[in-house]
Amino acid sequence: MRNRILILAGLALCLAALTWPVWRALASAPAPAPSLARPVGATRCVAPVGFMRTSHMTLLAEWRDRVVRDGVRTYTDADGRVVTMSLSGTCLRACHADKTKFCDRCHDYAGVKPTCWGCHVVPTATGAIVSGPAAPSRSSRPGAAL
Amino acid sequence: MSATRRCFLRMAGSAAAAAATGAALGCASPAAATRRWAMAIDVRKCLELDGCRACIDACHQAHNVPAIPDRAHEVKWIWKEPFERTFAIEDPDTVTAALRGREVLVFCNHCDNPPCVRVCPTQATWKRDDGVVAIDEHRCIGCRYCVAACPYGSRSFNFVDPRPFLVHTTSEYPTRTRGVVEKCNLCEERLAKGQPPACVRACPGGAMLFGDLRDPDSEIRKTLAARYSIRRKPELGTRPQVYYVI
Repeated sequence: MRNRILILAGLALCLAALTWPVWRALASAPAPAPSLARPVGATRCVAPVGFMRTSHMTLLAEWRDRVVRDGVRTYTDADGRVVTMSLSGTCLRACHADKTKFCDRCHDYAGVKPTCWGCHVVPTATGAIVSGPAAPSRSSRPGAAL
Repeated sequence: MSATRRCFLRMAGSAAAAAATGAALGCASPAAATRRWAMAIDVRKCLELDGCRACIDACHQAHNVPAIPDRAHEVKWIWKEPFERTFAIEDPDTVTAALRGREVLVFCNHCDNPPCVRVCPTQATWKRDDGVVAIDEHRCIGCRYCVAACPYGSRSFNFVDPRPFLVHTTSEYPTRTRGVVEKCNLCEERLAKGQPPACVRACPGGAMLFGDLRDPDSEIRKTLAARYSIRRKPELGTRPQVYYVI
């Protein structure tokens, strides 16, 4: 094989260029974890924090199907609390009042763009919201902090 | 060997029976199977309130229905239509003579035999046990078969992003996005709370009557039994459940 050195050098350069983002990511310090605004007043979510962190989208999809397809509107969590299954009405209004400091920060960090907000309206403090679904009842028993 | 096989079949049979029973119990919508919601419009009472838009405004406000000025793109859940266009009654009869040239209220008829449901390829629209023809916007792929199938023009397609055209946005109900179909949902979100539809609540003249057709003592049943009513295009066999008491 003539020009062996040239070919091998070219291959090595090509490989280095292709894998450059990987090396750079490994060499640089990891991105700081997003600082999330914790809900004021609420101490527990409807499921353990670890589960919510990884699988809240699954839970929300299940809520969606239960409400829209089955007409079931309340969810009983492991502690027996009954909450209204509503993204805008329960999650955002009762606990995570500031979407930009909770949902968006983590979604931006993870590089995901959920389409939920294309339709579901984010309740605002000044929004003309007259009455909402019943707020989740909160027991005083301490649970997993959010 | 034969004993094992018999055991297996017996177990499989019991499991299948248990699954079927469980499915039958689990799938039933709560407290919905016993009801059949319907609407009756007292056309004469409605016409007395000439120019009234209370029901339309209440509905469109409650459901974030946009006010798109371009008629090619407009979205509507409930609106008024000339009588001649609503009811294709060719011979001018004495019963409806007074209504000719006037406008009547139209919206989704929540048919007993809805053609929109039959054509939907993703089952994004379906008829609930209580008669509400519902749309799951999450599943709608925007094919518009249902728009073509509905003989009443009750469905609107979102050709453009509706959000810039919202006059008043409520977070109580989602908006829609570009590329999905929408229509009257008979205020199923209010029915779940035990409230009547927003249009019925808003009507200042009591011209809209909402109730359960399966309840023989309901006001709607009594009204329909006592007075003459017509439905839109009954000859098509869709069995619309919006009655016009004339």
